Amino acid sequence: MIRLKALTKYYGDIRAVHSLTFSVARGEVFGLLGPNGAGKTTTIRMLTTLTKPSSGRAWVAGYDVVEEPLAVKRRIGIAPQHLNLDGELTARENLEFHGRLYHMPRSERRRRIQELLAFVGLEERADDLVENFSGGMKRRLLIARALMHSPEVLFLDEPTVGLDPATRRKIWDLIRSLRSEGVTVLMTTHYIEEAEQLCDRVGIIDRGELIALDSPSQLKRRLGSFTVEVYHSGRAERRFFPTREEALEYGAEHARCDACDFSVRETNLEDVFIELTGRRIE
Amino acid sequence: MDFLVVFERELLTFRRRFWRYFFAGMVNPLLLLTAFGWGLGRGIQLEGVSYLNYVVPGIIALSTMNASFTSVGVALNISRRYTKTFENYLVAPIEAHSIVLGKVLGGVLRGLLSAAIIVVLAHLYGAEVSLSAEAVATILATSFLFASLGMLVGMLIWSHEDMNTFNALFITPMMFLSGTFFSLQAVPAWVAALIKLLPLTHASLCLRAAMLGREFPTASFAVLLAFALAFFLASILAVRRSSQ
Repeated sequence: MIRLKALTKYYGDIRAVHSLTFSVARGEVFGLLGPNGAGKTTTIRMLTTLTKPSSGRAWVAGYDVVEEPLAVKRRIGIAPQHLNLDGELTARENLEFHGRLYHMPRSERRRRIQELLAFVGLEERADDLVENFSGGMKRRLLIARALMHSPEVLFLDEPTVGLDPATRRKIWDLIRSLRSEGVTVLMTTHYIEEAEQLCDRVGIIDRGELIALDSPSQLKRRLGSFTVEVYHSGRAERRFFPTREEALEYGAEHARCDACDFSVRETNLEDVFIELTGRRIE
Repeated sequence: MDFLVVFERELLTFRRRFWRYFFAGMVNPLLLLTAFGWGLGRGIQLEGVSYLNYVVPGIIALSTMNASFTSVGVALNISRRYTKTFENYLVAPIEAHSIVLGKVLGGVLRGLLSAAIIVVLAHLYGAEVSLSAEAVATILATSFLFASLGMLVGMLIWSHEDMNTFNALFITPMMFLSGTFFSLQAVPAWVAALIKLLPLTHASLCLRAAMLGREFPTASFAVLLAFALAFFLASILAVRRSSQ
């Protein structure tokens, strides 16, 4: 559904995205994981026709994003990072105008609006002005709007940034139910847990380059599913092992002094990121 | 008919804020009519008519310009830079000309409201001006022209401060220079020639002739239409090129 071939973007001399090549299959939830400024948003902007690539090509739902932008636009939904809802309109009006821009017939608009307001739990606020909504409500409405015209591909740029844990879980549930409906999702996030929880595959992106791409479990397995951290005199050393036993063994052996200690836990994507880049993600 | 969706969104907020726009739109004309038409102009004759009658078409022209230009330009600037709602149009499967036409018609509406307010106020002040068909056509062309200019400037300018700079450099001087308050016969020919480069000059020339029952300057009206078309087309190009 999405294909990138050496997609590159320069802003002047600054290289925002460098030669990205990967594909996302139909019905897949694909995550672009990386720190702020890694080039995630620029990548989404190119795939959604908002920004022209400097070089390389990309296809969404079978159409070239530069050559056939209208065909691409008809088939995609976008929930940008900034909450760009129309605050002067009500939730219902936001969805209504959106549906009209995508040429949905009136009866279908009405049905879909009801369905989506229920889906994101905003039925009771349907006729309130959006400028009075909380951040979490706006985020949910933003996703509803992106889904309004039943897009084949959904782009979610940092769908839970700045939300409290409860609202974040709600958004995660929404994304999970999208997967069960077969919508192809490309999302960006700098939250490790989010990528682990939701994504079938994760592309780790750093300084505009793709440095790893696989399912979260494969990425972790490749590094070693278990992590042992050995602490001595205030420093922590991290090692990875395929089994818990090996990790425990290593820990016991290397934490022998009085002030030493160690712990064993399951490897997470952040470990993968740090190992690949030598830096933390946030 | 995608432009209708864009326009109807403008129409909806226009209806919602009508009274706010209405009262805000009355302040400037009241000040201008009081200061120039009533205070300063009492007893003065210009080009054979009372100064109040002379100045009302000028005030209509400049207020129409201000309302159309500002409502489109400022809103566009905010929706591109701050609320980012303009992006919703850019990612929607609609053509640039639909976006521009919808937004510009929204600005035309604001220009028409502003003109209507002054026509009513002017009559209350005792002005004897007629709202002929040519006058209405001129008001429509003027509001379309400046709404398109607002669109163009809003697309080209990113910072809010530069928007103010544009106002200070072009819009405000035009307000006072374009034969709105004084007769072009009163200034040297070369100054008059320069002033005729400004689009608003042709709006006030047309409007004054139409409202005072003089011969309608079709050449000036053609200039108005040409400016309007040029700004409109340039806005479409600017929207098309906004993805970089």
